[in-house]
Amino acid sequence: MTTILDHSVELQKAGANVSTRWQATVFLARRYPLGAIGAIIILVFTLTALFAGWISPYDPTTTNAKASLAVPSAAHWLGADFMGRDILSRIIGGAQISLAVGMGAMALGMLVGIPIGLACGYFGGWVDLIVQRLIDMMQSLPLLVTALVMAASLGPSLQNTIIAIAIPLVPSIARVVRSNTLALKEMPFVEAARAIGINETWIAVRHVLPNTLAPVIVLATAQFGSAILVEASLSFLGLGVPEPYPSWGRMLSESAAEYMRTAPWLVIFPGIAISLIVFGANLLGDALRDMLDPRLRT
Amino acid sequence: MSQPQALQAAPMNTGMGNKRQAKGITGIAVADPLLTVADLKTYFFTRNGTVKAVDGMSFAIARGETLAIVGESGCGKSMTALSLMRLIADPPGRIVGGEVVLDGVDLLQLPEAQMRAMRGRDISMIFQEPMTSLNPVMTIGKQIAEVLTMHTRLSRDELQKKVVEMLALVKIPEPAQRAKEYPHQLSGGMRQRAMIAMALACSPKVLLADEPTTALDVTIQAQILELIVDLQRRLGTAVVLITHDLGVVAETAKRVIVMYAGRKVEEASAEDLFGDPLHPYTEGLMASIPRLGLMRGEGAEVDRLQEIPGIVPPLYNLPAGCVFAPRCPRADDKCRSEYPPYEEKRPRHWAACWHAGERANG
Repeated sequence: MTTILDHSVELQKAGANVSTRWQATVFLARRYPLGAIGAIIILVFTLTALFAGWISPYDPTTTNAKASLAVPSAAHWLGADFMGRDILSRIIGGAQISLAVGMGAMALGMLVGIPIGLACGYFGGWVDLIVQRLIDMMQSLPLLVTALVMAASLGPSLQNTIIAIAIPLVPSIARVVRSNTLALKEMPFVEAARAIGINETWIAVRHVLPNTLAPVIVLATAQFGSAILVEASLSFLGLGVPEPYPSWGRMLSESAAEYMRTAPWLVIFPGIAISLIVFGANLLGDALRDMLDPRLRT
Repeated sequence: MSQPQALQAAPMNTGMGNKRQAKGITGIAVADPLLTVADLKTYFFTRNGTVKAVDGMSFAIARGETLAIVGESGCGKSMTALSLMRLIADPPGRIVGGEVVLDGVDLLQLPEAQMRAMRGRDISMIFQEPMTSLNPVMTIGKQIAEVLTMHTRLSRDELQKKVVEMLALVKIPEPAQRAKEYPHQLSGGMRQRAMIAMALACSPKVLLADEPTTALDVTIQAQILELIVDLQRRLGTAVVLITHDLGVVAETAKRVIVMYAGRKVEEASAEDLFGDPLHPYTEGLMASIPRLGLMRGEGAEVDRLQEIPGIVPPLYNLPAGCVFAPRCPRADDKCRSEYPPYEEKRPRHWAACWHAGERANG
């Protein structure tokens, strides 16, 4: 008796016959289901933030005395706060702030951290020595504490909050880029690039930098989550994004003390929003790490 | 290829205009040499002392010629090539003396910017490891285009055309397709071909091939060597082939230099060298090539593959006298106290040995 071996199942699992971008997306989603969930969460929040003006049922800053502390109902799905502002609208508005701060801080941190790390790792020397000691000093303080000091000294505004959170993100990005650069600059392809007459700066930017990006992307995703968390903490402490912007952190601080018992929806829904987006960012980050770092692949 | 403009601007270059030739060169003279290396010394300064990786290398090579440099691992072959390219990491290494004259220009005197302009355009190098010598996140087409953008002023379309042309020249099938692929999508042999395309894209005068076939399997080795020889003939590039594989030498080079512990110990045409080696080290190298039937041992005794006893001495602690003496079957007191002069022992056959040509056993 002969059996014709059919490997189509195995091939499918291994991702053969994946040709279009859509098929590749489906394949990756199947392989990393948690990552897909994370990506969907982030995507939903992003879309919410982008189309806030259309989907938001009320203006998030308009007060309405009649609706003060309204219970979740058909009119106010997630209820209203003591000034009668619709919680759902404020959460949608808050998504804009959270994403702006998360992405802004992450981008700014990378913009500053990558060149520092690359220059230190590739060219080394006494500049590297001094910069690394400064980074040691910054890294000995927790993210929130540094951000707190920065926010307090810069004063509350959206830009300042982004800057305050970005500054403490710089050291870890610089460190990751530097350590990868140190390993990469000894690679034969760097010497080969020298042998064809490419100058050192160009080698660093064109040949070394792109090879360090995988761990940077993973780190940036994780930092995106923590930046959102830190923003919420800063706003909770009154040092973050000021009124009238709806910030999840401040929604919590406004309600936590007085209404926790009488109107718990004021605390629960912003809390869920914060947890959910950070959870999504972490899931996505973990999946990206597994995808981009083949050493951890099982 | 015209004289690089950068060179005309070089004011410090002695003897510009009339072709300069390095002095004090020992070994086989070459009529109208393209590249002359004279008394090249590259030392590494380490905690253990000064490592004389290249200690007084001299050779000349004519246009379109192939010269092989052979020797064990750690004898200074690769360091010689890197010194010619001026790619020695400083610190710890430094070229402390000598001349490298390419087409009338002493490369060792050039400022770094002008040297950089010559790398890849006038003098190129291919490396041992095709797996890691290409940037993994860049398509090979882009990497080849990079050499061209560095040294020429081609437009985008011309660049693309030239890249495909180079890939076709190194016999990569479907070159236009392959140009868009990343190194991991190519086999080892293909990658080495891409490296060669990169090195030859600007038609350099000299190609330094540092063990170009060591990391490849035997059938691919033969193809790559054939390719190098073929391209050399077509482009007129002079090739310095660095290898530890005497089989590779026999197949490709007309002239051979044997290196030991940073110095030249023998130099001859491939024919003379293989036919009648003078230096005991060269003899040792040849005796250590496995031959068919050697290990079969039909009779009672099995012929063992010959080896050279011992290893290359640590280069920071060289023995007085001949550096090969501790491993040499013919060494006597004279060898241990005095370094033998590098002399023409037979017509066009040079060696540095007090006992050149005396057979160890019969």
